[in-house]
Amino acid sequence: MSDTDVAATEAEREPRSELDRLTAPVPAVQDGGPEMVQLLTPEGQRVPNADYDAVLESLTDDDLRGFYRDLVLIRRVDAEATALQRQGELGIWASLLGQEAAQVGSGRALKPQDYAFPTYREHGVAWCRGVDPLNLLGLFRGVNHGGWDPNEKNFHLYTIVIGAQTLHATGYAMGVQRDGAVGTGDDLRDTAVIAYFGDGATSQGDVSESLVFAGVTNAPVVFFCQNNQWAISEPNERQTRVPLYQRASGFGFPGIRVDGNDVLAVYAVTRAALDHARSGQGPTFVEAFTYRMGAHTTSDDPSKYRVSAEVEVWKHRDPILRFKAWLAHEGKADHEFFEAVEREADVLAAHIREGCLSMPDPAGTEMFDHVYVEPHPLVAKERAEFTAYQASFEGAH
Amino acid sequence: MPGTTIAKAVNNGLRAAMDKDARVLLMGEDIGKLGGVFRVTEGLQKDFGEERVIDTPLAEAGIVGTAIGMALRGYRPVVEIQFDGFVYPAFDHIISQVAKMRARSLGKITLPMVIRIPVGGGIGAVEHHSESNEAYFTHTAGLRVVCCANPGDAYWMIQQAIETDDPVIFYEPKRRYWDKGEIPETAELGLGDARVCRPGTDVTLLAYGPMVKTCLQAAEAADAEGKSLEVIDLRSLSPVDVPTIVESVRRTGRAVVVHEAPTFGGLGGELAATIMQECFYSLEAPVLRVGGYNIPYPPAKLEDEFLPDLDRVLDAVDRSLAH
Ligand SMILES: Cc1ncc(C[n+]2csc(CCOP(=O)(O)OP(=O)(O)O)c2C)c(N)n1
Ligand SMILES: [Mg+2]
Repeated sequence: MSDTDVAATEAEREPRSELDRLTAPVPAVQDGGPEMVQLLTPEGQRVPNADYDAVLESLTDDDLRGFYRDLVLIRRVDAEATALQRQGELGIWASLLGQEAAQVGSGRALKPQDYAFPTYREHGVAWCRGVDPLNLLGLFRGVNHGGWDPNEKNFHLYTIVIGAQTLHATGYAMGVQRDGAVGTGDDLRDTAVIAYFGDGATSQGDVSESLVFAGVTNAPVVFFCQNNQWAISEPNERQTRVPLYQRASGFGFPGIRVDGNDVLAVYAVTRAALDHARSGQGPTFVEAFTYRMGAHTTSDDPSKYRVSAEVEVWKHRDPILRFKAWLAHEGKADHEFFEAVEREADVLAAHIREGCLSMPDPAGTEMFDHVYVEPHPLVAKERAEFTAYQASFEGAH
Repeated sequence: MPGTTIAKAVNNGLRAAMDKDARVLLMGEDIGKLGGVFRVTEGLQKDFGEERVIDTPLAEAGIVGTAIGMALRGYRPVVEIQFDGFVYPAFDHIISQVAKMRARSLGKITLPMVIRIPVGGGIGAVEHHSESNEAYFTHTAGLRVVCCANPGDAYWMIQQAIETDDPVIFYEPKRRYWDKGEIPETAELGLGDARVCRPGTDVTLLAYGPMVKTCLQAAEAADAEGKSLEVIDLRSLSPVDVPTIVESVRRTGRAVVVHEAPTFGGLGGELAATIMQECFYSLEAPVLRVGGYNIPYPPAKLEDEFLPDLDRVLDAVDRSLAH
C-alpha cells in the first residue's frame, strides 16, 4: 500500500458528522492529515511554509549537513546496540529506529542552557546533548541507571516510569521562571525546558497534570510528544479519540502537529516553540507524528499485534532518505560527504562495540554508595556486612 | 495437567474463573492481542472478547480507579499491573479507596477485585522492573495479599482470589513464571493458608514467592551436611497463617525469614515479632532475616549480589544454629 492509496482510503471515509468521525473505524495506516507541518515530503521535495520558512533561514549548510550526520550516526548507534543486545551484551534495548528526525530536529533546536527530560528512547536527543552513547549502553547493560551527569549536559536521566518526567520538566521550568531566566531578551540567558514523552504516556495522569501546571503557570516548557503510533501493543486509538496535539487547547496553550520524520519541520516547529517559551509566552504541545519502525524493545514481538504492511508504508516515509535526497538535490552535500559520514558511522560503531565489551562491571559496594547524602547507619552497617560476606568467599577459592 | 508453567497456570486459572462467572473481566496494559508482556493473558481476549479482556489506556491510576467503578457495578475485575514498579501511580486508589471501601460503607459495599502484580527481581531487567513492594500492601488493612510460588498454587489461588469478596493483591513471582509443575485436581488449601513444603527438624525457613525455590534448594544442600531444614511457603502475606508458623517454630526452635524485599520495615520484621511473641520459650536463637539490602534495587549487574541466594540463606542458617 502506498501513501496515495492510504490517502484514497482516508478520503472514502470522509466523516459525515462529528459522531461518525469519533466512532469511525481507525485507518490501518496513520496519516498526519493536512494540519501536519511538513517542509520536506517523503520524496524530498521542499514544501514552502509561510510560518516556518523563516526559522530555517538561520541554518547554514554546515548545520544542515550536521543534521544529516546526526541522523546517520544515531541510527548506527541504534543498530549496533540492537546487535549487541542480540549477542547478549545488553539486557535490553529500546530502538529509536524511525524516530531519528523527531529527536535530532528537536535536540538541535535546543540551546546549551535549555534542559531536556527524556524517556528511555531518546538516544538521538542524548546524542545532540553530547552524552556519550556508551553511557546509554551502560543502562541497558545493567551497569548503572544512566551514567551521565544530568547537569553537565542539561539532559536528565532516562525516566522509565511513563509520564513522570513531564511533571519534572514543568517544575524545572517553574524554577527557570523564578530565576528570571525567561523573557529577558538575552539569548544566552533565556531558558526553555523540553519534556519528551510518547503517545501512550498521554494517558497518564502525570501528563495531564503537567499540562495543567504548565498552563496555569505559563511555564517555559515544550511538551514534545513523539507519536510513534504504538504503546507496546496498543495502537493510538486505545489512548485517544482526538489528535494528540489538540489536547493542548483544553489546557489553554497551543498544540501543533509536525511531521516527525521530517528533520527540517521538526527543527523549525520545535525551535519556534522553544523561542516562544524562552520569551515568556508559555508552553507549547508539539506532536511529532512518526512511527516506531522496530519492536517496542528487544524483548517485544510486534508480529503479535501489527501487520507488516503498515511498517512497509512507513518505510517510504523514512526520515534519512528524504533528507539525503533533498541535500543532494540542492547541492548542499555531495557523494563524498555522504561517504565520509558512512565511514564515520563505521568508526563510531566500532567504538561502541569495543566500549561495550570492555565496560567494567560495577563493584558490589557501589550499590551502597549514593543512597543518601548524609551518613546513614543502616546503609553503612550493611555495606560493611556485605564487604565481609564477600571477603569470606575469597579465601574459599 | 502435567508440567504446566506458572504463567500458563495463571492463564488457565483466569480462564476457569471467566468460564464460571460472566462478571469476571480483565483489565490492563497490553493484555489483549499481545496477551500481556509475560503472556499470562494469552488467548483470553480472543476467546472472551474485548468487552471482558480490556486493553486499557496506559494509566495505572485509571485502571485501578475504573476497576473500582466496575466492581461497584457488580463486576469482578482482575487487573494486571505490567510490572511491580508501575503499581505506584495506582497506589492512592489502592490504599485510600480499594482497601477502605468496605469499612467506610459499614459493610454495605464490597470490592471483589484482584490486582495481579508480577513481582521481584532476578531477570536482569532495567529499573522499576524488579521490585518487591509487598510490605506497602501488607501494611494496609483491608487488602488481602497473596503470592504464589508454584503452578498448582498459581492455578488455584488466582481462582480463590477472584472468588473472595475482599480485594486481593495477587503477586506472581516473575522469575519463576517459566518453572513447571503439576496442577492438583482440587485446591489443597484455602487462600489464607501456609504450606509446609518440606518438613524438617532443625531450623524453620519462612519464604514466599520466588524465595520458596531458593529455600528448598538451601534445604537440599543443608541436608547433605546433615542439617534438617523445614520450609514453609507462606502463600498468604496478609493475613498470615500464624498457627502453621508457630507449630513449626515451636518444634525447631529456630526460624529464618527470607524475602527479596529490603529487610527494614519488611514483612520479615513482622514475622520475627510474631514468632518472638508466640514461641518465646521455644526459641533457641533469635529469628534472623535474609533479604535485599536497604538500598534502591541496583542495576542488573549487581542484582545477584543484592538478592538473597542459597549461600546467604545457608549463612543465616549457620548463624542460627551457632546459638
Ligand atoms: C507507569 C508505567 N506503566 C507501565 C510501564 C510499562 N511500559 C513501558 S513502555 C510502555 C509503552 C509506552 O508507550 P509510549 O508512551 O507511546 O512510548 P513509546 O514506547 O512508544 O516510545 C509501557 C506500558 C511503564 N514503564 N511505566
Ligand atoms: Mg508510542
